[in-house]
Amino acid sequence: MSVPIRARVEPVVGRYLNLDLGGRPHRLYVEEAGEGIPLLCLHTAGSDSRQYRAVMNDAGITDKFRVIAFDMPWHGKSSPPAGWHTYEYTLTSQGYIDMILTVCDALSLDRPVVMGCSIGGRIVLNLALDYPERFRALIGLQSGAHAEPYYDLQWLHRPDVHGGEICAAMISGLIGPSAPQIDRWETQWHYAQGGPGVFRGDLYFYTVDGDVRDRLSAIDTRRCPLYLLTGEYDYSCTPDDTRAIAQSVEGARVTIMKGMGHFPMSEDPEAFLSYLRPVLSEID
Amino acid sequence: MNQLSIERLPELANGDAWLTHRGRFIDVSLMLEVGEEQYLIRIRDGGVESVERGPFVMPRWTFALRASSEDWKTFWSATPPPGYHDLIAMLKFKRLRLEGDPYPFMTHLRYFKDLLGRLREGGAP
Repeated sequence: MSVPIRARVEPVVGRYLNLDLGGRPHRLYVEEAGEGIPLLCLHTAGSDSRQYRAVMNDAGITDKFRVIAFDMPWHGKSSPPAGWHTYEYTLTSQGYIDMILTVCDALSLDRPVVMGCSIGGRIVLNLALDYPERFRALIGLQSGAHAEPYYDLQWLHRPDVHGGEICAAMISGLIGPSAPQIDRWETQWHYAQGGPGVFRGDLYFYTVDGDVRDRLSAIDTRRCPLYLLTGEYDYSCTPDDTRAIAQSVEGARVTIMKGMGHFPMSEDPEAFLSYLRPVLSEID
Repeated sequence: MNQLSIERLPELANGDAWLTHRGRFIDVSLMLEVGEEQYLIRIRDGGVESVERGPFVMPRWTFALRASSEDWKTFWSATPPPGYHDLIAMLKFKRLRLEGDPYPFMTHLRYFKDLLGRLREGGAP
């Protein structure tokens, strides 16, 4: 008698979305699970939508929310645009905002919640500033208004250094000490799989182009609620960086997540969900 | 962690075949400074060949990692607080200085994080 196969099919479905971004055709990979209020999730610099695997697999969340995550162009299973081999990739504030708004329109999302981490945690501040009426709520994970580079970013993209090895090793310490081993290393694998120069290109937005410190006080949380959740061990966006936002933005709600680092949804999914559920329960 | 542990680095590291495999292209002398104490760590083919304790006269090294003994002690404690839990975190907050040629350190960043993590009470994550 044969041994029965132990297998489980997740309720997560992936599709490809063809659309123009910045006037150029793109093919984006989009995953989703659940039904209800759209919850669009934005991955960190140099990674991809797999970071949200636990949110997509949480029945308590997908009963109420349609959880959606896309791989940004150049990331995960999304392709770079034609001609990628002729120039250096850089992410800009305007390009990032346009990408999010275009994806929301392309998927006909009605006032979605947007939850972004790191660069995604920064861009939700831009959305709060300029498009509050388009969103039901904004959730910033590891949000800071600015980040100073603390190492020479050129190391992340040079032909004589293995990009996958150095990107994974560079972010390894950003994972908090309480992360389960399997999720700690899954998180690093995503970084090890990034294309050449992509992590560095994203950090152009994070460290140079995306500084919103001067504009924070214009955020009006009565028009769109803003939740900020930050891991205690993150040294890229520290708890103090997040608290600094809340000092300028009246009504911003801050939660510091104990023992966690820069990739809460991916490095310690169960602990993260315990912080996320109370936030989501306030949104309808 | 104490000076004896640093001098035990060969036995702490060399038995790990996966660590030494990942370091198989490394051929460096690492100057590790713990406050005033100097340790010259010779690494070849991924293994720790020798650890010499200073003081030295005209030492020759590839790169140096320097921090106060208090900061290293916190870094090597079983549950370091935020900012002390990783070499790059220590660099960011200017507790650790990387001097000399950063190339072997950066190209083998995981190796060196793991190697120095061997000195942590209870091991590295």
